[in-house]
Amino acid sequence: MGGGHIPSALSILDIVWALYDKVLQAEDRFILSKGHGCLALYAVLEKKGIISPGQSYGKKDSILGGHPDRNKVPGVLASTGSLGHGLPMAVGMALAKKIKGESGRVYCLVGDGECNEGSIWESCLLAAHHKLDNLFVIADYNHSTDRAVNLELLTEKFSSFGFSAACVSGHSHLDIYNALDYRPARPVAVVAVTVKGFGCARMALPEWHHRHPNEAELAEILQELS
Amino acid sequence: MRAQLVKTVLETMKNDERVVLLLGDIGVYGFREAFKQFPKRVYNIGILEQASISLAAGLAIEGMIPVFHTIAPFMVERALEQLKVDFGYQGLGGNFISIGGSYDYSQLGCTHHCPGDVQALKTIPGMRVAVPGHSREFDAAFKTVYANGKPTYFRLSERSNADCHMNGILRAGTQGTVVVFGPMLDRVLEACVDLNVAVIYHTWAAEFNPAWLQNVSKKIVVVEPFYEGTMSYDIQKAVGQAEIHSIGVPRKFLTSYGTIEEQDEACGLTADNIRARIKEHINV
Repeated sequence: MGGGHIPSALSILDIVWALYDKVLQAEDRFILSKGHGCLALYAVLEKKGIISPGQSYGKKDSILGGHPDRNKVPGVLASTGSLGHGLPMAVGMALAKKIKGESGRVYCLVGDGECNEGSIWESCLLAAHHKLDNLFVIADYNHSTDRAVNLELLTEKFSSFGFSAACVSGHSHLDIYNALDYRPARPVAVVAVTVKGFGCARMALPEWHHRHPNEAELAEILQELS
Repeated sequence: MRAQLVKTVLETMKNDERVVLLLGDIGVYGFREAFKQFPKRVYNIGILEQASISLAAGLAIEGMIPVFHTIAPFMVERALEQLKVDFGYQGLGGNFISIGGSYDYSQLGCTHHCPGDVQALKTIPGMRVAVPGHSREFDAAFKTVYANGKPTYFRLSERSNADCHMNGILRAGTQGTVVVFGPMLDRVLEACVDLNVAVIYHTWAAEFNPAWLQNVSKKIVVVEPFYEGTMSYDIQKAVGQAEIHSIGVPRKFLTSYGTIEEQDEACGLTADNIRARIKEHINV
């Protein structure tokens, strides 16, 4: 109970994979601002050999827990989980690159629910004002928090804050590559439309937000995913 | 202290190109020379404290040394979670320099008062808190720790003691012990001028040296420029069994305006008030 957020991870798995598989270069940075989606990040970090395989999860001595910890997990630059912190940190990292005259981009993945936080929009003000063209924000738009605050035209919201914004399918690797292969003179926002619990129909339901499957459910889910 | 703040930070920026100054839309004129000399490292970041502190953490992740300056309640109380998670939990270094602690902005009312900043920050493991009582104390404290990779809060005051002091026992006495922090010192020295009490002074609010209390009276009065009782836990932990009485800002909203001195009077924090309360507790 409460040990992780599987549907949120499945929502972003394609985005994280696309980033680590083809987008990220050595001088680039990635911040998972919606830290509760970290199961996707852990899976990709393992697949890419950044963390060793067979790590335990959520045990007392595990390095992997329900939110990523920069002081434990190789490749994790920010300890996120409290929503609205990762993007402003990414803005600071992008600004630092400008100050130091370094190349490279900073990519940051935020959730649509996270976009309820004022600090997200504070960050957008700063990124646009300081013309951080090395900042790329990807918003996981799975609509899971529409029941609370419906963001509606999220792409337009980023545009109005001074970003170059586009909307793509968050499950199309090609769309994600194309959207990020772009160099305007201002920060970029890619609104990635996703399905919460993608690949596993039952996980679209709110009750699965941080529920773990029992053994029978797991077998059914694995069958569905295969 | 504000003039010293500008001087100290400017000197540090000249000597260390990792230092980046972020101003919460205050002190912009005062730091005009810094803007001229270091246009890529000085920012009037705006009035968005939560993002500013997280942004500062991002700078720190990339190896820069952030210095963030704004008014105490907006830095500490509005952005406490950013200070806790982004700096405390992540183990990043940063420097947070406030003005307007307690009722330094007495005429602006309770929205600008901040007697609770130090108590709030002391809930963050690893956060160091400096309460300089003199501009040279700020200069020394900042230059000592600004690059140590830890988060530090510097609480600048509108008032200053006449002299700069080191942490430690300023005078001996046998009937009681007065532990005083930052800008309260001159009032305490005046209050205790003919009392047989030891006076121990502290610039650092979150680190108490138990050695200084080993051979002094365990009848202790703490005089603190923030909420009364803020330092009691640390002192009790350091000395064990002791009678501790706190003299600080009362835990209530100060809804009147007026001068700082008038608020001192209302809060019982004039030298005369402090003397009467010390005599009452220590019975000297």
